[in-house]
Amino acid sequence: MQRREFLQGSALAATLLGGMPLSATAKSAKGKVVVIGGGYGGATAAKYIRLLSKNNVDVTLVEPNSSFVSCPMSNLVVGGVRQISEITVPYSGLSKNHGVKVVKDYVESINVDKRTVKLKSGKTLPYDKLVLSPGIDMMMDKIEGLVAANSTGANIQAWKAGPDTVALRKQLEAMPDGGTFVISIPLAPYRCPPGPYERASMVANYFKQHKPKSKVLILDANADVISKGKLFKTVWENQYKSILEYRPNMKVVGVDGATKTVKFEFEEAIKGDVLNILPDMRAGKLAVESGIANLNGRWADVDYQTFESKIAPNVHVIGDSIQVAPLMPKSGHMANSHAKVTAAAIVAKLSGWEPNATPLLNNTCYSYINSTDVIHVASVHAYNAEKKTFLTVEGSGGVSAAPSELEGQYAWSWAQNIWADSLA
Amino acid sequence: MLLSTSANRLTKTGLKATALATTLAANLLSTGLAHAASDGETQLKAASLSATCAACHGTDGNGAAGSAVSGLSNLTAEYIKTNMIWFKTGQRPGTIMHQLSKGYTDEQIEIIANHLGKKD
Repeated sequence: MQRREFLQGSALAATLLGGMPLSATAKSAKGKVVVIGGGYGGATAAKYIRLLSKNNVDVTLVEPNSSFVSCPMSNLVVGGVRQISEITVPYSGLSKNHGVKVVKDYVESINVDKRTVKLKSGKTLPYDKLVLSPGIDMMMDKIEGLVAANSTGANIQAWKAGPDTVALRKQLEAMPDGGTFVISIPLAPYRCPPGPYERASMVANYFKQHKPKSKVLILDANADVISKGKLFKTVWENQYKSILEYRPNMKVVGVDGATKTVKFEFEEAIKGDVLNILPDMRAGKLAVESGIANLNGRWADVDYQTFESKIAPNVHVIGDSIQVAPLMPKSGHMANSHAKVTAAAIVAKLSGWEPNATPLLNNTCYSYINSTDVIHVASVHAYNAEKKTFLTVEGSGGVSAAPSELEGQYAWSWAQNIWADSLA
Repeated sequence: MLLSTSANRLTKTGLKATALATTLAANLLSTGLAHAASDGETQLKAASLSATCAACHGTDGNGAAGSAVSGLSNLTAEYIKTNMIWFKTGQRPGTIMHQLSKGYTDEQIEIIANHLGKKD
């Protein structure tokens, strides 16, 4: 409105503006954005599109769960150090504080041509821009017997925090002393690179205090510990030597839920008491079914400057579902970072501006190694226009020198602040 | 560059169009015509760059109550800038900030400090 009045009001001003790009005159963003998925990516995108557009862009978040349960810190629940309620955050902050319309529903399909989203309830939501943040999908059928083992509770994933997290904790509590907890890790990339090693450490911490005759067995399909390797291995040697065993190059091919047996391609089968077999992972179901996860039907190829899908215009894919840039982890913090770059790009587009040519991301990932001590890995990723990808900034980033209680305090504070930053 | 603010002034106070045009011309001359980014556009870039701090330090630098990680909105721009540079050069030790600060140019640090620092 201002621009129009302004142009009508002054011939001289109009002449002046004639030689200028539209970007200089656009006033405020207008449009409708639908965000699918209320995790670290989607919740943050919904909030920041409202914030950065000064509440001018209409945002609807579609999420089937009634509250957010954090994957980061969920290993503290598995290890018996925290309760699930302490890692659960309601979605009401997004609606109350930011005017995001939160719709509790599933998305059935996306119509990229008509720019609509069809919900399970039958409703259709139109959009100008869509943010797709569907997380990951477990490729259960890649491991023989895994679907059946999961359905009986003989195996628990707990790789999406929630009831599974509590169920795994209960199994560990019920396990007699002298039992074995078996966790298997798929080939990278998978959600949360240090997550399995943190979980193994936290279970070992629990066994050390309460079930000292019990064992933790890590079966890693990778050739070595994927993240914070030296730190984790030092901790295992110093703190959990008689409890925890790490075996690399162990690719699980089958599970027998009835006998709790884990099978491999070559090696002899192993029996456990509590099983946490993690299969290969891919982009969330909706990204796969819609074809937006276009790389091997597994991950979504995006233009990193804006996170817009390379095959679906006006659809921005963020979080664990994307094909990552070099050294970019699939983490909650990274999803939160993706979301902010995407929110700024969408607000710029809806304002008639060019998206930021030099977006920046960072990642901070804390892992607990017992109930108080923590190690981190951190990185900063700058967009490289020439290579059209994010590259880590030379000289930046790194890991902890050693585990410390101080970083334990920072880790819990990180959680409080990122939950508020994403959801409050 | 204050294009939208000037337009605001026009609608709010009924300033004459010619006066506005004069302001405009002066602004254009002072900032140069090559890149005429609006205030809003510059503001958006500063906000999104500063948002990279928010996951640990809180939205707009407002940390959660009782957080061991300090908030930033209660610090002056000068303090934020100086300490980020000290983290970068190793003059101030840290657990993680000495690693993250090296990912930011001095210019980016300046933008962030001005955006998040305490407003009088």
